[in-house]
Amino acid sequence: MEKQAVITAQDLNIGYRTGKKEKTIHQHLNFQLYSGELTCLLGANGAGKSTLLRTLAASQPALNGNLKILGKPLEQYTEKERSRTIGVVLTDKTFAGGLTVYELVGLGRQPHTGFFGRLNKNDHRIIEEALNNVGIAHKAQSYTAELSDGERQKVMIAKALVQECPLILLDEPTAFLDIVSRIEIMHLLHKLAVEQQKAILLSTHDIEQALVLSDKLWLLSKEQGLQCGVTEDLILSHQMDGLFSRKDIQFNYENGIYYPTVTRQHQIIVSCEEKTLLHWTINALNRHGFQCLLSSQPNLPHLKVISATEFILNNKGETHTFHSFDELLNSNLR
Amino acid sequence: MKNKGITYSLILTFIILLLAGCNLFFGSVDIPAKAVIHALLGEEVAKASWSFIVWESRVPQIVTALLCGAALAGSGLMLQTAFNNPLAGPSILGINSGASLGVAFVMLAGGGTIATAGVTLSGFFSIVLGAFIGSMIVMGLILFFSTLIKSNIMLLITGIMIGYITSSAISLLNFFATAEGVHSYMIWGMGNFSGVSLEQLPYFALFTLAGLLLSILLIKPLNALLLGTRYAENLGVNIKRTRNLLLISTGILTAITTAFCGPIAFIGLAVPHIARLMLGTSNHNSLLPVTLLTGSAIALLCNLICILPGESGIIPLNAVTPVLGAPVIIYVIINQRRIQYFN
Repeated sequence: MEKQAVITAQDLNIGYRTGKKEKTIHQHLNFQLYSGELTCLLGANGAGKSTLLRTLAASQPALNGNLKILGKPLEQYTEKERSRTIGVVLTDKTFAGGLTVYELVGLGRQPHTGFFGRLNKNDHRIIEEALNNVGIAHKAQSYTAELSDGERQKVMIAKALVQECPLILLDEPTAFLDIVSRIEIMHLLHKLAVEQQKAILLSTHDIEQALVLSDKLWLLSKEQGLQCGVTEDLILSHQMDGLFSRKDIQFNYENGIYYPTVTRQHQIIVSCEEKTLLHWTINALNRHGFQCLLSSQPNLPHLKVISATEFILNNKGETHTFHSFDELLNSNLR
Repeated sequence: MKNKGITYSLILTFIILLLAGCNLFFGSVDIPAKAVIHALLGEEVAKASWSFIVWESRVPQIVTALLCGAALAGSGLMLQTAFNNPLAGPSILGINSGASLGVAFVMLAGGGTIATAGVTLSGFFSIVLGAFIGSMIVMGLILFFSTLIKSNIMLLITGIMIGYITSSAISLLNFFATAEGVHSYMIWGMGNFSGVSLEQLPYFALFTLAGLLLSILLIKPLNALLLGTRYAENLGVNIKRTRNLLLISTGILTAITTAFCGPIAFIGLAVPHIARLMLGTSNHNSLLPVTLLTGSAIALLCNLICILPGESGIIPLNAVTPVLGAPVIIYVIINQRRIQYFN
């Protein structure tokens, strides 16, 4: 299936307009968002993620430039058309605790129902399908007040699904969730993007999950603007380095996560056969201010890791053996 | 859920008929039941005054209570949803007192009394208009403050403050008014459902029904507003238009009831809670009709309690409604963690 550009932006300026004053947050943005793909918008706090999402959702107007959804300029959409084209999931507090899950998801049919919002057979079928798709069908008759945060997020996603929009925008859908729910939600969104050919854009701080599951990344920073591309292309062209303009954190290319920059006062040579063990040894040593070298060099201490219970340290001709990380780290390695 | 709404509506309709019947047969003047029926059928009764009492006092009072209860409860529900605040209500947000100020202005500054204002049709309209303008101004102020004040509790307190300011304005008007004006204003302030005469009743009903109809037309956006304004906007709700319609609807309903029955407290605040607790839902499809019916039933009940002393007089309405309403609110606040619609 040919991927279709759902959003096309050319030379877009986003920001706030209060009275006659304009505060531009980003300018000259060019991007496309495709159907059938999960795209994650990453960036530091204050980088303008929410402003960008709000602009795309038409909650606030673009300051300048072209923004087309399905080939039609966003400002030409009527309220009704828009509600059938763009579905949103927000971090806003809702007051729907007294509605059942089914009723809340049913509200998502409002763009399609008549004056009193009465649901017909087709509406009920779509609601049930969405409840099944997000895996919350067993809670259909529960009050939303009784749900966990993760379940609530699924319900809001189901609400966006029954709107039957080709485009779904989510503002930090995994914030406040535990790791299980975070993975579940991201996996679900990826599945929906692929299976239902939806264009899904979400902002998140959960870089780990984003790198695993998103087809495209949008990296937003004050310094470099918006960088778009396939996740791996962006990583390997070192775009992740510019995402946070801070000296004290650093992107680790092997593990795909940001680490605090190690202040390395000392050097040590580490040799280990097993990859996992090596990884955690380096992790422990880094934390204690050691820069780990893998090739042997004279005059430096040399740590040989046999297993997690056997460490052999050669330092200035002396040999020490340790039986746990606890012993190793408490010894004077220098 | 829909069935539950219909079941409760039927039960409430039955209760309303029962209470209306009681209100018809009992009053501060003892009239034999047979005579009441004869009077209703337009037949001759033993005393001419009985027929007059039934037609000129009891029937309009029943209809007024019925409509007032629904109007206050409906506007309470709309305000609670519009502000996403279960403790909002026409009296607590100061909308009642805004209407009162409008009425006071017409009654006291105009030099008239409720009696003269009530007799002529122009007097009737000027009072309604005064109340409407007063309530709309306060409602507009509250809406404006709601854009500045994010905390729900702070907004309620702002409403209470507005209420104080209007009260002092009313006191000031009282100070300069005639003794007769002050007296009639005081009587009006106690609240009662007997302020609408049979001639005024059609107009009163027309205004109230218009406001109620408007509220029923707003069911769909009200449901969307449960998700907050941004979600509602995304579902195609025109927020500005909906807010304006809510403003007009609650304005009309509060104004018309306040103008004729006085500033009645607690029905608007408590009845939506009673309806929600009964139905177990915030879905306006069933909640709004049940709230309106419950409002009517409670108003009729209050009116019945008011005439309990019999020949010796009538208890002021505002002495009765808080006794019924305040415990409901206290119950709701104490149990707010257990009650779904708070969370």
